Amino acid sequence: MSVTLSPAPTEAPTPRSYAEKPPKKSRRSRAKSGPDNAPRKSTFITIVMLAAVAYFLLPIAWLLIASTKTNSGLFRSFGFSFDRDFAFFSNIANVFTRENGIFVRWMLNTIVYASVSAVGATLLATLAGYAFAKYSFPGGKLLFSVILGAIMIPTTALAIPTYLLFSGVGLTDNPLAVILPSIVNPFGMYLMMVYAQGAVDTSLLEAGRIDGAGEFRIFWQLCLRVLAPGMVTVLLFSLVATWNNYFLPLIMLNSRDLLPLTVGLAQWQSAASRGNGGEALFSAVISGSLVSTLPLIVAFLFLQKYWQSGLSAGGVKG
Amino acid sequence: MTTTAPRQVPAPTAGPEPALRVGPVRRRASRTRRQQNRAAYLFILPFFVFFVLMLVVPLVYSGYLSVFREQLIGGLSFVGLDNYSRALQDPEFLAGLGRVGLFLVVQVPIMLALALIFALVLDSGRLRFAGFVRLGIFLPYAIPGVIAALMWGYLYGQDFGPFAQIAQFFGLPAPQFLSSQWMLASIGNITTWSFVGYNMIIIFAALRAVPEELYEAATMDGAGAIRVAWSIKIPAVRPALMLTVIFSIIGSFQLFTEPQLLKTIAPTVIDGAYTPNLYAYTLAFSRNELNYAAAVSFLLGFLIMVISYVVQLSTQRKERSR
Repeated sequence: MSVTLSPAPTEAPTPRSYAEKPPKKSRRSRAKSGPDNAPRKSTFITIVMLAAVAYFLLPIAWLLIASTKTNSGLFRSFGFSFDRDFAFFSNIANVFTRENGIFVRWMLNTIVYASVSAVGATLLATLAGYAFAKYSFPGGKLLFSVILGAIMIPTTALAIPTYLLFSGVGLTDNPLAVILPSIVNPFGMYLMMVYAQGAVDTSLLEAGRIDGAGEFRIFWQLCLRVLAPGMVTVLLFSLVATWNNYFLPLIMLNSRDLLPLTVGLAQWQSAASRGNGGEALFSAVISGSLVSTLPLIVAFLFLQKYWQSGLSAGGVKG
Repeated sequence: MTTTAPRQVPAPTAGPEPALRVGPVRRRASRTRRQQNRAAYLFILPFFVFFVLMLVVPLVYSGYLSVFREQLIGGLSFVGLDNYSRALQDPEFLAGLGRVGLFLVVQVPIMLALALIFALVLDSGRLRFAGFVRLGIFLPYAIPGVIAALMWGYLYGQDFGPFAQIAQFFGLPAPQFLSSQWMLASIGNITTWSFVGYNMIIIFAALRAVPEELYEAATMDGAGAIRVAWSIKIPAVRPALMLTVIFSIIGSFQLFTEPQLLKTIAPTVIDGAYTPNLYAYTLAFSRNELNYAAAVSFLLGFLIMVISYVVQLSTQRKERSR
């Protein structure tokens, strides 16, 4: 067997050969590389897709328009056109001052429940996902498949037994009753595992070990930064899950002061449709809905780049 | 090329000497191994503690509760599987189950087909304003289910719903979206509207991760865009599709928010047992039948797991037989 130490020819490319060979294109650079080799844009497909987008955006447009109307304006004007009375600001003021400003309280509750749960869920999911991706240890495979199987356990089927359990230990009607169950997110853990597999190079860990760093320092100082897009993704999706959760707070909480937006608005809605909420309740429900929707939309728009790369990097391998 | 890396270490010779040398090395390796194992367990511990407390314990407790019954005389007594056999003969529970079953076989395929088509179109690069389209379709996912339900409730409604207004303008009878014939379809529309974008994003993310080389060969062989999508892209994203299928099965069986909210507008159409989940809620909080509610919840969770597994297994088998 011949043993050579000379470098492989491809390692020292001549300028000519470099110029001849087109640079290897990733999918994204190809999409950006101009009209010559990008697929031809189709007007037909664009029109069909814009029609689809209209279906998804029209209800949101309706919500925006309806929130500018007085209660009587809602009934006398067409749904997608403005009424002659522009009541947007008085509606918003009504939402925030109604029942001594309980809406503000609901909003704060929602922010606290959602952010504490999401941060907790993301931390636990990141630690566990990273460990499953980068260490092989006895029992790891079994543990992982058990947790993965839990994705299939429907949360609402768990909610009633959890309620019974919590009421046994006196935890119902307590913010913890909403936060604690939301901290377990098997799908988030799975996403982080897939993400860490792709994003954290094992040689990074080995380099850290050779330098004498402990496993926790390697994680904290080397890996956490690399894991950030995946973490933003899990954070955002956990945030949405808790922000939008209705069933769990509905059964766990009784005090009106502890309710999140979803349950509070549903109470206003049922008062409005029973017809005993006074004049301005329909417009309060509509404007309140708009206000409670905006924060998540803003979060998605601002963090778009991160959560989309967080999802794509793993490719959700399944 | 026949280049191999230079060997600095001489080949081990037979004899006792190398065995002696291996000793300390292996011991050192096993020490770092042990350290790594310990670190891994510690990383997983917090998740696992919550997992056990918030998932395993309630599940076990629910199983425990479900084999008892509150008797008027004598308090709690063990009844074995009575609650389960009661549930399996309970017309209210079975009607709800049938309703979500119908929902599952109609709404889920429509929603996932749309999500898949949208994802493929976005991935094809033939679309103008692709970023706008992607976000526009995804946006409803950020809207809480409660708000989606009450918003659509107004849109469907007779009072100031735009559909009723349009019908009125043309002198036609207003569409009865909230009647008993149309209610399930109306709920299906709400969930489709809410979750097509979410599923689309999951599939789209998986499509982006498919290596480009796979398409190049096919295009060179003369495959068109649709052929490439059918023969390469869809099989390549099958795991992501599977994930969306599982989530949708779970979502259908847990339907609660939409029927519960539309119940306030259409109380005669939606009863307390409209979906199994609504039934469990009604049992626990209106009828005070906690043990029976636990049995219904447990049964529902079990059913979902069984159906999810069967779907997974059947698609795996299909894949193998190819």
